Amino acid sequence: MGVIVLLLIASISVAAIFLVAFIWSVKSGQYDDEFSPPVRMLFDDKPKTNSNQ
Amino acid sequence: MPTVVNRQTKCYHCGEDCEEGKIVLAEKQFCCEGCKTVFQILNENGLCDYYDLNNNPGQSLRVQVRKDKFSFLDDEKIIGQLIQFRNEGQIHITLYLPHIHCSSCLYLLEHLNKINPGVIKTTVNFTRKELSVIFDHKKISLRQLAELLTSIGYEPYISLNNLGGKKPRVPRTLIYQLGVAGFCFANIMLLSFPEYLGLEAAEKHLQYAFRYINLVLALPVLLFSALPFYESAWKSLQHKFLNIDAPIVLAIWVTFFRSVVEVFTDTGGGYFDSFSGIVFFMLIGRVLQDKTYQQLSFERDYTSYFPIAVTVLKEEKEVPTALPDIKPGDTLLIHNEELVPADGILTRGKAFIDYSFVTGESLPVLKEMGEIIYAGGKQTGGNMELLVVKEVSQSYLTKLWNKDEGKITGEKGQSFVHLLSQYFTYIVLAIALATAAYWYFNDQSRLWPAVTAILIIACPCALLLSNSFTNGNILRILSRNKLYLRNAQTIEELAMVNHIVFDKTGTLTTTRQHDIVFEGEPLNGEAIHAIAALAAQSSHPLSKGLVRHLGRNKLTVQAFREETGRGIEGFINGDLYALGSREFITGQANQTGGTRVYIAREGRCLGYFSFKNHYRNDVNHLLGELRGNYPLAVISGDNAAERMSLQQLAGKNTTLLFNQQPHDKLAFISALQENGKKVMMVGDGLNDAIAMQQANVGIAMAEDTNTFTPASDGILESTQLGKLHKFIQLCKANKQIVLASFVMSIVYNIIGLYFAVQGNLSPLIAAILMPSSSLSIILLTYGSSSAVAKWLRL
Repeated sequence: MGVIVLLLIASISVAAIFLVAFIWSVKSGQYDDEFSPPVRMLFDDKPKTNSNQ
Repeated sequence: MPTVVNRQTKCYHCGEDCEEGKIVLAEKQFCCEGCKTVFQILNENGLCDYYDLNNNPGQSLRVQVRKDKFSFLDDEKIIGQLIQFRNEGQIHITLYLPHIHCSSCLYLLEHLNKINPGVIKTTVNFTRKELSVIFDHKKISLRQLAELLTSIGYEPYISLNNLGGKKPRVPRTLIYQLGVAGFCFANIMLLSFPEYLGLEAAEKHLQYAFRYINLVLALPVLLFSALPFYESAWKSLQHKFLNIDAPIVLAIWVTFFRSVVEVFTDTGGGYFDSFSGIVFFMLIGRVLQDKTYQQLSFERDYTSYFPIAVTVLKEEKEVPTALPDIKPGDTLLIHNEELVPADGILTRGKAFIDYSFVTGESLPVLKEMGEIIYAGGKQTGGNMELLVVKEVSQSYLTKLWNKDEGKITGEKGQSFVHLLSQYFTYIVLAIALATAAYWYFNDQSRLWPAVTAILIIACPCALLLSNSFTNGNILRILSRNKLYLRNAQTIEELAMVNHIVFDKTGTLTTTRQHDIVFEGEPLNGEAIHAIAALAAQSSHPLSKGLVRHLGRNKLTVQAFREETGRGIEGFINGDLYALGSREFITGQANQTGGTRVYIAREGRCLGYFSFKNHYRNDVNHLLGELRGNYPLAVISGDNAAERMSLQQLAGKNTTLLFNQQPHDKLAFISALQENGKKVMMVGDGLNDAIAMQQANVGIAMAEDTNTFTPASDGILESTQLGKLHKFIQLCKANKQIVLASFVMSIVYNIIGLYFAVQGNLSPLIAAILMPSSSLSIILLTYGSSSAVAKWLRL
């Protein structure tokens, strides 16, 4: 019984973390440009963050 | 024709052919000084990784940008309208750089601060070809920034369109809605298992907990994720029309409230999983379909062609002025290769106007002093001065654009899916009413469960799913083949087309290539080299074509002289050669009929090169394929010189029209439409733009997707023109696929209704039936549309 409640809380909170991560990633502009970030990280010198002005 | 003796190599910077050993630096070959300069700049700043990421990534700089081109960026008023943010230390601005095309560009542009320390930070948005720059305006001005970008080959494109009004951002709401729906759907599914598998009576309180959590999780789906469907349904109802979203909204609400009632009255677990699953799947389909091509703009008008500012002469001084501020009576200074923004009278210099934008006529026309020059023409022969007679907003071109605005933006027809869904909705409502009547007289307690179950199970989401998934996949296949459609509606429009109209110049023919034939006394190799060398000195389109035809070489030309619009001459190896119009070479009046360049050596005419439009390679095949199935028409702004050869190419039943002005093309299309035709117009320039808007489907041809295409329903890369008939077939298959999956969903619905009308649709059946129908429909639509594409070899 107690185990189920625990599992429930755990699973929903994990899912919620993913949801927050998803919303954050949309907000930071990851879906605006799907080409630049993967290429950008391959440049040798210091990488730049993808701030979406 | 003798072979060209010089060895050709590729320019290290831009990859264009160049002569070996002419321009060399650090053992690298360059085609021009511009390319070499860029290499020098990058080399000095340690940015040569640029060349390691891709081979020859640069942009050719053979065509130099005029020195004062960006002087308008010194004007505070113009700057103010372009920038996004400014404080004492920095300015934020986003510039459109059409030349961005590969990872090297990304590398170079994001390391701009190494070249100029005034630049604080640069970020490239590759899909939109935009560069966001933060720079210190005390160290570098906006004008210097634009010039810096130009000097390394990334000239920013700043048009009248950029003035005022920020561009709308790509809406992210739909992605949020999808994410939220996915989150809720997955959790509700998980928490619904106990309901299906059954719980022992002792654990009743757990069951309640699961049910109420499900209810809470369903709320965001109802209130947030499903919003797009509400909006669409509400809009359709306002127009007294039942579109496909209306019954879906009804089903969503019925499902939700029935579930709520079940939970509160403790009669069952409800259908929260089906409810959220449907919303989730439909949102996926919609995202797939709405995935627009951000780098392409389908909504261009004349403002994207016009520059942001031009040079106005005021008391002998050159003042850059924003375009809307130009008044009649101003004197404009139009430089070589600049667009004329307002109608005016030529007051100084020689005008050699390329009206191909406006009329389609591909070769420039000579205008003398005192003649009127219309907006939209492009000056190709040196500088000229123009007295403005009409404001920009009043000029011929602008008026042409605005004339039919209301008519053009009108309805373009309704999707057949909406019509289907209407019947569907009426049938479902009829079944529900009949069932309600039956249970009302027999067993009133089963009335509400039965009616709601019918509305839940018969929700036409399968139809919507199949439509949006098929469309999404077809749009994807088409864009892989370089045809970019504005939206899914265009697929249906394209399938219904029954009359096809082509523009000639730039569409069936290419402007980059001419068929050049020499007529006259035979030329020896020496003479051909000399002519090529002479022609290479001029930037006139005909000279350029001649150079391409004859090949480059390194002969030097002495005492070169150009008479704008007439011809060129110079000494090569001691002989005086001249190229030009018939009048320039022979002194006789120009004759009509075809374009010719006469040549003379030591004052004696040797003959002429005649220029003919070069038809694209696959045009013959394409017209042959289309001819059997569609009435065709070719309309051209050019003169009728090529009527014979074109008629042969297009077939004798094809309508050919020459000397057509933009409004003639528009009238032609409208006339066809009044006879009940669904017209597709394939064109390229601004001159076709209004006709393309009027047509049911307007396809704009682009030499590459960087170039500016007029407003249209689709953009087609010119190399793919030969596949047009296959594209139409694919779009036609769309309808069959949607119908097939509709039949399938009806089968599912009948099974579901069998249980529903009896009032014993258990959550378990609903939970199995709904996702399985959705999934199989997704598979069917995806699979069959891909199979059709494969069959068509697309």
